[in-house]
Amino acid sequence: MAPISNWVTFANPMDNPLYQFGAVYNLPYDVGYKIWQLLGGLIAWLLDVLVPGNGVSLWLVGNAVSNALALVLMIIVVFAVCFIVNLTMIWIERKVLGRLMDRRATRIGPLGYLQCLGDGLKTFLKEHIVPDKADTKGYMWAVSIIIGSSVLVAGMIPLSYRFFLADYGSGLLIIFGLFSIAPFMILVAGWSQNNKYALLGGMRAAAQMISYEVPMLVVFASVALMAGSFNINEIVGYQNDNVWFIVPQIIGFVVFMIAATAEAERIPFDLPEAEAELVEGWQTEYGGMKWGLIMLSDYFRGYVACALGAIMFLGGWTLPFVDDSFLPEIVFLLKVILLFFIMVWTRGTLCRIRTDQILNIGWKILLPLAVLNLFVVVVLKVGGLV
Amino acid sequence: MSKMWVTMGPQHPFSHGLWTLKVQVDGEVIQDAEPVIGYLHRGWEKECENRTYPQIIPMADRLCYSASMTWSHLYCKVAEEAMEIEVPERAQYIRVIADEICRIQSHLMWLAAMGTDLGNLTIFLWALREREWFLDLNVKLCGQRLTTNFPRIGGVRNDMPYLFERDLMRVVDLFEKRLWDIIALTDDNAIFMSRMQGVGHVTRKEAANLGLTGPSMRGCGVNFDVRRDDPYMVYDELDWEVAVCDDGDSYGRYKVRIEEMFQSCEIIRQAVAKMPDGPTRVKAPRNVPEGTHVARLEDPRGESLMYLVSDGTDRPYRLKVRSPIFVNVSASKRLVQGGRMADVPAIMGTIDMCLGETDR
Amino acid sequence: MTEQFYEAPTVEQVSELVAAKFGKAVQLKGSKPRRVYMSADKGVLFELATYIHDVLNFEQASSVCAVDYESHMTVVYHLSNYFNGMMIELTVDLANDDLTVASVAPIWGGANWHERETYELFGIVFEGHPKLERLLTPADYQFFPFRRSYKLRRSD
Repeated sequence: MAPISNWVTFANPMDNPLYQFGAVYNLPYDVGYKIWQLLGGLIAWLLDVLVPGNGVSLWLVGNAVSNALALVLMIIVVFAVCFIVNLTMIWIERKVLGRLMDRRATRIGPLGYLQCLGDGLKTFLKEHIVPDKADTKGYMWAVSIIIGSSVLVAGMIPLSYRFFLADYGSGLLIIFGLFSIAPFMILVAGWSQNNKYALLGGMRAAAQMISYEVPMLVVFASVALMAGSFNINEIVGYQNDNVWFIVPQIIGFVVFMIAATAEAERIPFDLPEAEAELVEGWQTEYGGMKWGLIMLSDYFRGYVACALGAIMFLGGWTLPFVDDSFLPEIVFLLKVILLFFIMVWTRGTLCRIRTDQILNIGWKILLPLAVLNLFVVVVLKVGGLV
Repeated sequence: MSKMWVTMGPQHPFSHGLWTLKVQVDGEVIQDAEPVIGYLHRGWEKECENRTYPQIIPMADRLCYSASMTWSHLYCKVAEEAMEIEVPERAQYIRVIADEICRIQSHLMWLAAMGTDLGNLTIFLWALREREWFLDLNVKLCGQRLTTNFPRIGGVRNDMPYLFERDLMRVVDLFEKRLWDIIALTDDNAIFMSRMQGVGHVTRKEAANLGLTGPSMRGCGVNFDVRRDDPYMVYDELDWEVAVCDDGDSYGRYKVRIEEMFQSCEIIRQAVAKMPDGPTRVKAPRNVPEGTHVARLEDPRGESLMYLVSDGTDRPYRLKVRSPIFVNVSASKRLVQGGRMADVPAIMGTIDMCLGETDR
Repeated sequence: MTEQFYEAPTVEQVSELVAAKFGKAVQLKGSKPRRVYMSADKGVLFELATYIHDVLNFEQASSVCAVDYESHMTVVYHLSNYFNGMMIELTVDLANDDLTVASVAPIWGGANWHERETYELFGIVFEGHPKLERLLTPADYQFFPFRRSYKLRRSD
């Protein structure tokens, strides 16, 4: 072990016997590990200067503490990346919409990038108001769970083979499960606000949820069937080895994008918060930062939807025919932003559709298409073509 | 879920103004509806009984923010009929042009509101962008964007300013092209069509009986336009067509308004070409002879009517205003019944609400 | 229907038909192009309105309003025909101590709110109206603000 005074060493985290990720290199863990080496090393060195030869300094830079704090810092790094990606996506949405609508978009900061932070600060300074007759537990917990599950699922999206929080065998399934919690909590939120608009919005969210998750799950199943695994790494690897799934599963891609737009509650499928008839739908009684967090979670969910699309159909962080070892995270995020741009474009062009129409589309068009897609996959798989 | 009453308004995104629509919903389907108005009741008609005739012109502007030109025109028209004065021909042409500018900008305002009602902000901003040209024309002609205060009893306040015709023609030509951009966002959009078609359906007979007026009525197949059937000013000297659609649903009412904008451009073009020279105003007497007089004209929103009872003094004895929206709103129960909650903005949007003239 | 139906009656036709049908109960007060002015007795109003709607095809009641002449009140109906742009102005005089008149809302749905408005502003009761309640003013108003007896603060 190096002497404590020589603390800027940047040891390889994989040498740590407590390294959690087996033989796979983990970039955010590495970043967290290095941050702790700088930070903890500095503290340890200062302590050592004050009290030479103490045990605390050694303990601080030891394997156990380094690993534990590197894990904490890794989570912070993943969240920070997620958050910045989200701010960028909000900024892109506002800029693109501004361009589509021929109006000014964001204006604060360089290219208006800091407008979202300004808006966040503004909502943060608002008063915390809870309606008198609302069910306070449901009212507050619904927001917590919505934002919590959204951030969790956004954090669980791997940006590349080396940038991930956890590498589960059933990664896709877990992400889908967490992704579906928020629509359910919308129903809870709508119910607990004791407001008719919110109630109608919650009911709409429930109707929308059941009509969109079924085709979406079928598409998930066909992707997993084709790749032979629910593991995201393997799905991406399979696509890199063979062909991007958008080619054989173009139907599935279209179904997924529509269902994901509905899942993320964006126009044309933002019925639960249809502001024309339901004021603000299930968000009617939420104000201040509660509302700000809900808006933020909308974008987290939009990000997750686009990221899933990129993983399942656009080959994740890989590129065909070219060397893609350089910054796969950026490649992945560019694909996500491309899909997000399509969502924004749709939002700028289309109107909101009606409850009965959304159910019709969900059950009568998307579900048969999803099943057809599954059928195509089965035929290809049985025929040994992929 | 049992039936429940939802009070939509007075502060509600779908109600363009202060009014309330109480709807009884069974799930999402509307079983019953009850419109409530009166939040803006100012006693306009009573107020007029204490003002001299010229003082009422700017008040008539305030009846509706986006149809101020036609309202002050209507007031001047009924006052002219009472005073038995003939408006100079040039003033008549200028009034027709001003009315049609007003009609186009009012319809664009409606189109913008319709866009937000259906959740598409692009339509909103595009329509408002085109509307800005017509407001600029208003500024050039009258010095004001909305409350124009332009017609006078016996003519108009001023002649057309220098190069106004040139600007007018440029705006009209460009606007006709740009309107197709907006139509591409609406008519070519399957979701827009599915939201508008088949909702709020009213037959021709019902529409006439309920008293729907203007584009709402013509969208139900009633072929009637005050400008053509009860002509005033110089409308009978111009060659144009009344937009009628037999659909009877929201889409029909939408189509009529779009077509009316094109027809208004046509009217403006012809009126500019035929514009004679001459005075733009004659002197009006101070006192009005005793009698009752009625005048009506085609507002952007429908047939507006004023009934004037004069008693020989310089103030009206009674001035009754018949607002088109007042009647259209009273039909809202019939319109929204059986529809869905989401149809309410799609249906009531086509009524083109304006509460200033409804409550007066 | 035994009577002949007129889709777009002329001014002369309207005057003659109404005079022939109702005789002295309806006084024709003159006509202009596309305008007929007439005054009816209170008793025949509903019958006259039905006749104008069903036979003469005046499909819309453009406006129903009242004028307070202090000695009496007058209810004024403006009825429109959609086929020739004609308008009938029909007035009914009411004595100050008997401000009731038959409602035409069952005939013209569009007259419904006009009558409610006239009721709340002038206190004229329309008999047979489906829902004669205050519309523009608050429901607990005790007075009728558009009557001449109701003075504005600054009026002379």
